[in-house]
Formats: sequence, C-alpha cells, structure tokens
Amino acid sequence: MDSIRGAAAIVGAADAVSPDGQLDGSLRDLEVSVIREALDSAGLVLSDVDGIATCTGGLMMPSVELAEYLGIQPTWTDSTQTGGSSFEVHLEHAAAAIAGGACEVVVIVYAQTPKSTFKRGGARFLGGTPSTGGDLDAAPRVEWEIPYGIQLPIGAYALAASRHMAEYGTTSEQLAQIAVSTREWASLNPRASLRDPITIDDVLASPMTASPLHKLDCCLVTDGAGAVVLTSAERARHLRQPPAYVLGTGTAHSHSMISQMPDLTVTAGRESGAKAFAMAGLGPEDVDVAELYDSFTITVLLALEDLGFCPKGEGGAFVADGRLGPGGTCPAQTSGGGLAYTHPGMFGMFLLVEATRQIQGASGDRQVPDVDVALAHGTGGVLSATSTVILGTEATL
Amino acid sequence: MSGPSRFEPPVSAVSEPFWEATRQRRLVLQHCGSCERAVWYPRVMCPHCGHADLEWREAAGRGVVYAVSVQYRAAHPGLADRVPYAVALVDLDEGVRMMTSVVGCAAEDVHVGQRVRPAWEPLTDGRHLLLHEPDGDEPDV
Repeated sequence: MDSIRGAAAIVGAADAVSPDGQLDGSLRDLEVSVIREALDSAGLVLSDVDGIATCTGGLMMPSVELAEYLGIQPTWTDSTQTGGSSFEVHLEHAAAAIAGGACEVVVIVYAQTPKSTFKRGGARFLGGTPSTGGDLDAAPRVEWEIPYGIQLPIGAYALAASRHMAEYGTTSEQLAQIAVSTREWASLNPRASLRDPITIDDVLASPMTASPLHKLDCCLVTDGAGAVVLTSAERARHLRQPPAYVLGTGTAHSHSMISQMPDLTVTAGRESGAKAFAMAGLGPEDVDVAELYDSFTITVLLALEDLGFCPKGEGGAFVADGRLGPGGTCPAQTSGGGLAYTHPGMFGMFLLVEATRQIQGASGDRQVPDVDVALAHGTGGVLSATSTVILGTEATL
Repeated sequence: MSGPSRFEPPVSAVSEPFWEATRQRRLVLQHCGSCERAVWYPRVMCPHCGHADLEWREAAGRGVVYAVSVQYRAAHPGLADRVPYAVALVDLDEGVRMMTSVVGCAAEDVHVGQRVRPAWEPLTDGRHLLLHEPDGDEPDV
C-alpha cells in the first residue's frame, strides 16, 4: 500500500454547474465538455488517455460505451457503482493502477441532469417509487422496505438522525448549523444555486419532509457534470497545473438497505477514513480543508465523527460554533456542497474537483489559506458505501 | 379498508414460508442451524456465519423502536391518505432488526425505546403486512 502514496496525482479538474441548476445539452455533450476542459487544463489530449472510469450513462457498460463515443480504446476501465462515493472509489482504483503501471492517464467523469429531466416531465431519479425489476431476490428493498412507505433516500437518513438524537442528544439546531455554515461557503461561489445567507431558525422553519430532517437539511436536485484527470507523479510534474498528489485512499461498505445497517450512528467511514489516513501517514488534525459528502446535514455530522475530527456522539457540539464555515477552524464543503452548490444525484465528483482546486489554490473567493492537505469523503447509497481520498501538495510528499 | 391500497410486497422464492404464515397473522423467522442466530431478511445462507442450514421458527415479533421517522409526504400514492405516518426500525426480541410502520397511535408519538407488538394489515391476496403498534403492557426501555 505504501507504494500508492504519492504515486499518482490529479492534474486536471473541471465541472459544469449553473446557478439555476439546469444545463443545456445531452449527457454526452456535458461529459465531453468537462473531459476536454480537465484535459486542457493539464495540457493533455484525449489520445493520451489510456484509462476511463464512469458509472452513469449508456445502457449497461458505462465506461465501455463512453470510451467508444470518445473514440478511445483504453487498456484500463472502471464502471464501479457505489452511489455518491463512486468517484472516490474510481480514484482509489486508478491511483493503484497507475502506481502498478497498468495505465498512465485516467479520466474519471460524471454527468446527470435530473432537474432538466424532471422539468421535461421525466421520472424523478430518486425516490421510493416501487419497481419490482427483474430478479426479486436481488431487490430485497422492494419486499422489505418499500411497502412501509419510506421516502428514499431521505427517510433512511432521517432514521439515522433519529437514532443519533436519541443516543447522543444531538439537536435539530446543531444539524441546522451545518446547513448554515455550508450556505456561507455557497455565498462565496458565483455558480452556487443557493447563495442567500440562512439562519438556524430558517432551517427549522422549513417544511419537515421526514422527521427529524427539514427541507433545508437536504441537498439540492440540480444538473451537473464533472471530470478529473489522474496521471503518474513523474508525468504530473511536467504538466500545467500544480499536481494534487494522492496521499491516501480507503473504501468500505457496511450494508445496502438502511434496515440492515449495523449501527445507525456509525458509518463505514470509520474504516475508509482509517485506511486513508494510515496510507497518508496523516490524521484529521493535518487536514486543511475537508470536502464531506453532504446529501443531508446528518451525513456530514456522522462523517466528522467517523473520520475522527471529533469523538463519536460529539458531532453536534463540534459543529455548533460554526467552525465548518469560512474563517472557521475546520473549513468544510467549501464549494457550498450538495446543500447549496449543486447535487445531480452523486455529489462525490464535486468533492474531488473542489479538493483539487483548494490544493491548487484555484478556489477564488472561497480559497482556504495555505492548503497542503485536502480530504474528500464520499458517501453512497443510504450511508452504505464510503470512500475517503486524501490529496496533498508537493510539500506533503 | 377503502381507497387505494399500499404498495403490496412481491414474494421472493426464499421468503414464501414467511408470506404464507402471514395469512394466519403468524410471524416466522429463519434461524441458523449452526450459530442459532435469527436471520432477517430471508436468505439462502446465514449472514452471521455463512452456514446454509436455515430453519423457520415461530416468533412473537415484539420489540423496541430503534429509530423512527415520521413521513409527511407519501412515498407512493396508496399511502396519501395516511400522511403523516411513522416508519420505524424495530429490534425484535428474537434478535433481528426490521423496518416496519408503527400504527395505533399518533405518528409523532412514536419514539425510540418504545415497546411495540405486531399489528397485521390485510393485503388484497390474503397475505398480511407486518406492522407494529404500541405494546401497552410493557414500559419503555
């Protein structure tokens, strides 16, 4: 595992996001656009790419179908789907593949347009709509959860919040502070969907959809696309941008259905984070900026605890002083996050893009001073599958 | 019950004995012949020890609310007239956790630690859906 630390780097990152949440063009248009932008920023071209990773688009072989469209014949491929953490998993796989010499230039890409699709009268991309699918044995959720009328994914996260409150006394006000701090970051991002400041009272006054979560505890539904390019450390040093070296990675999953989660107050982030920190030789105290998956406020609170930023059960008190916001001691979700920047369904791509920009010093008004170490922590499914990536500047090698 | 019905669960091959028992409002759970632990949801192997020898046993189905979320929007149209309703995870005394809906009291009154017992809702094909209701005989834990 030590051979992976510092062996690969993100050398280009791009995302397409609109303040009104809608993007023109097909998914392929958007994918091509962000791939070109990410490659251009590095000074690379499509013919340099020998590895491709994506988990949406196409019918059943996302990376194979995309590569054909792009006109490339890669020798490394990854269509892994773990929900919102898919792109951190892709990066982990890609860094190992580059370290092992299996490929040299990998593009990881994502595009989804749920807002435009919904406005055109299409189906919602999320939710508890019953679908029996083909193989019932492969879809236990349809048999054992959907009949109870749980809204998904929000209901699952609400159950976790319910348990955390009962076990540790966490309050709605503390969860709301996460939304308030994240919105402060969004106000600094001209492309964010929601930029007006909010208060804890605003969050608590927003409609309750699934108790104890309010509307403003929940992420957006927007269009969006993003891409990152990885290559070897050797090659990265000769490209245009300051490399964001991959210092540590870790992935774990604990369940698929929320009713099978062993402990609703503990996520697989405890394992994925520990693995990533061990590989990096770093701890939470070394992280200059944390990009944590914020599908819901409770997702952030659990990640802070499980990654070791604070002890289990103390996440509520930890966030209450606003330390996640601009100027705080634990800057997090600096793009404005899924709560206020963008959320096309799988936010993990945007965690990587923003973490890279923070390492490169390219985050504009929301740049955190003197960033050497940035953490991106994806959460997929219903607190099911986490993947942690730690990036660093040249100085951290 | 009038109006649209709730989404009725399909029957997977392995869970047929479970659904058959619900016709008599009986709960049966798989138990592992090797490690003796109860298994939920029905499987062809024990997720605790990997053993393939599972047997169905009668269960009381009483338990404690582990987590609860009141749904203020129906997840599908058949439940629209029941909003708000409480979706919960319940730890059964038999040692498994399952999703359920707690009925028989105001949805907002369902709380973590509450003792509950089975309540059966008829489905259109003679099966019943296992719900729970407050267990008046038992104090909270």
